[in-house]
Amino acid sequence: MISARNLTRRFRDLVAVRDVSFNVKKSEIFAFLGPNGAGKSTTIKMLTTLLAPSSGSIEIDGLSPLNQPHEVRKRIGIVFQDPSLDSELTAYENMDFHGVLYHVPKRTRRERIPRLLQVFGLWDRRNNPTKEFSGGMRRRLEIARCLLHTPKIIFLDEPTLGLDPQTRHQLWAQVKQLNQEEQVTVFLTTHYMEEAERVADRIAIIDHGRIIAEGTTEQLKATTAADSLEQAFLSLTGSTIREEEASSLDRMRNMARLFRR
Amino acid sequence: MSCIYILWIRQLTRYVRSRSRMIASLGQPVLYLLALGFGFGPIFQKAGEGNYLQFLAPGVIGMTVLFASMFSGIELIWDRQFGFLKETLVAPVPRILIMLGRTLGGATVAVLQGLIVIVVCSIAGFRPANWAFVPVAFIYMALIGILFTALGTAVASLLSDFQGFQLVMNFLVMPVYFLSGALYPLKNAPAVLEAIARADPLAYGVDGLRGAFLGTWHFGLVTDFGVLIATALLFLVVGAYLFNRIQL
Ligand SMILES: Nc1ncnc2c1ncn2[C@@H]1O[C@H](COP(=O)(O)OP(=O)(O)O)[C@@H](O)[C@H]1O
Ligand SMILES: [Mg+2]
Repeated sequence: MISARNLTRRFRDLVAVRDVSFNVKKSEIFAFLGPNGAGKSTTIKMLTTLLAPSSGSIEIDGLSPLNQPHEVRKRIGIVFQDPSLDSELTAYENMDFHGVLYHVPKRTRRERIPRLLQVFGLWDRRNNPTKEFSGGMRRRLEIARCLLHTPKIIFLDEPTLGLDPQTRHQLWAQVKQLNQEEQVTVFLTTHYMEEAERVADRIAIIDHGRIIAEGTTEQLKATTAADSLEQAFLSLTGSTIREEEASSLDRMRNMARLFRR
Repeated sequence: MSCIYILWIRQLTRYVRSRSRMIASLGQPVLYLLALGFGFGPIFQKAGEGNYLQFLAPGVIGMTVLFASMFSGIELIWDRQFGFLKETLVAPVPRILIMLGRTLGGATVAVLQGLIVIVVCSIAGFRPANWAFVPVAFIYMALIGILFTALGTAVASLLSDFQGFQLVMNFLVMPVYFLSGALYPLKNAPAVLEAIARADPLAYGVDGLRGAFLGTWHFGLVTDFGVLIATALLFLVVGAYLFNRIQL
């Protein structure tokens, strides 16, 4: 369903993704596990037509994101690492907007939007603007939204970042259920080991832009002779702490706070 | 088509919901109208130029459309920073349609804003010479709106954060406004000012509005119309090109 061959992406002199190759089978849950700045988001951006690779090739459901972005976009759903809702629009409007952009017929929208909002526990709040939502509710809405056009593959970039354990649990339960009932292929990234361990069929550990190990949890533990995935992860990536730079987004948010009311 | 529509609706919805923006954006026109209109009125009259409020009102209406549409275009920076832009850019929709939907939405908001200011102007005492020509004014407002939303989008496509916004306001929007002849007649202006106004698209918009409302032209109806259409098309093309190049 997803295949990447010798994928590389440079930003000036920084190599964010270095010669990465992997395959994800249909209806598999595949996790990219890695510390901050490892190159997870960059990989997802390349897989989802948002960024051109410096070299290497990608196939999504047999299509090339570079040459057939439109076809690829119809088949995938994405939950970005950063928020991507319109905060002035209501939950329902955000869903409907998405449906129109993805050419979902009106009747299907009328039927699927309520169902998805119910599944993700947002139906009662459907007419509230999303700026009134908590982080967890926004995240659930983003996931509900990415499922509206019945994608074959969903990409989840650190979907549980900043969520409380209850919400995280619920979110993964829903992803798993979806994967089992509708055979949706899932590509996710996280830096929580226990999550990868719990949901993923196969895990690739990525660090400094390189895949340093790949396999099932059992295989990863076996290769590193560790008794938990966490130990395996640390023994593979070392224990130096990676700082995440304050992005222009953070600066912007602070500015915006000053300007609002 | 439906995606142009949904983007258009989105702009309108956002506008209608943000009452503070609606009210804030009326403050400036009212201030210009009252302070300048009544302040300079007597001098204008003495200079033999007639009623200043009559002269100024089309300029203030043009200004309103200019500010509102530039803001709608520049709003792209917010969408980018708050992430919503990604949602539209990964959709299986040609970017040109997204850009068009946004621009039409922004222009519509700007025209609505202009209509409100027409009402404010008439409360202040402004009287169009001939109400039959007011629909013509509407066309000019729409052209100004499209032109500057497209320009705003083009500029915003090049800026990735908020700091550029002040730059655009100070070095683009304000000069475009002040040099357009919105506040003073170009007829007797120094040659340099007149020449600069000729290079300012808003000058043709304001002139067209004045023509429609008062029946007096500086450049002429056809020139105004032609220049506005040509510039709007140019900015749409440039805007679409730059919007298309946005990488995340
Ligand atoms: N647009 C960009 N320009 C320059 N450097 C970038 C850009 N995007 C990501 N990087 C850099 O690439 C590296 C990998 O980033 P990313 O893929 O976001 O990591 P992760 O998602 O695993 O935390 C980081 O060092 C980051 O600073
Ligand atoms: Mg990331």
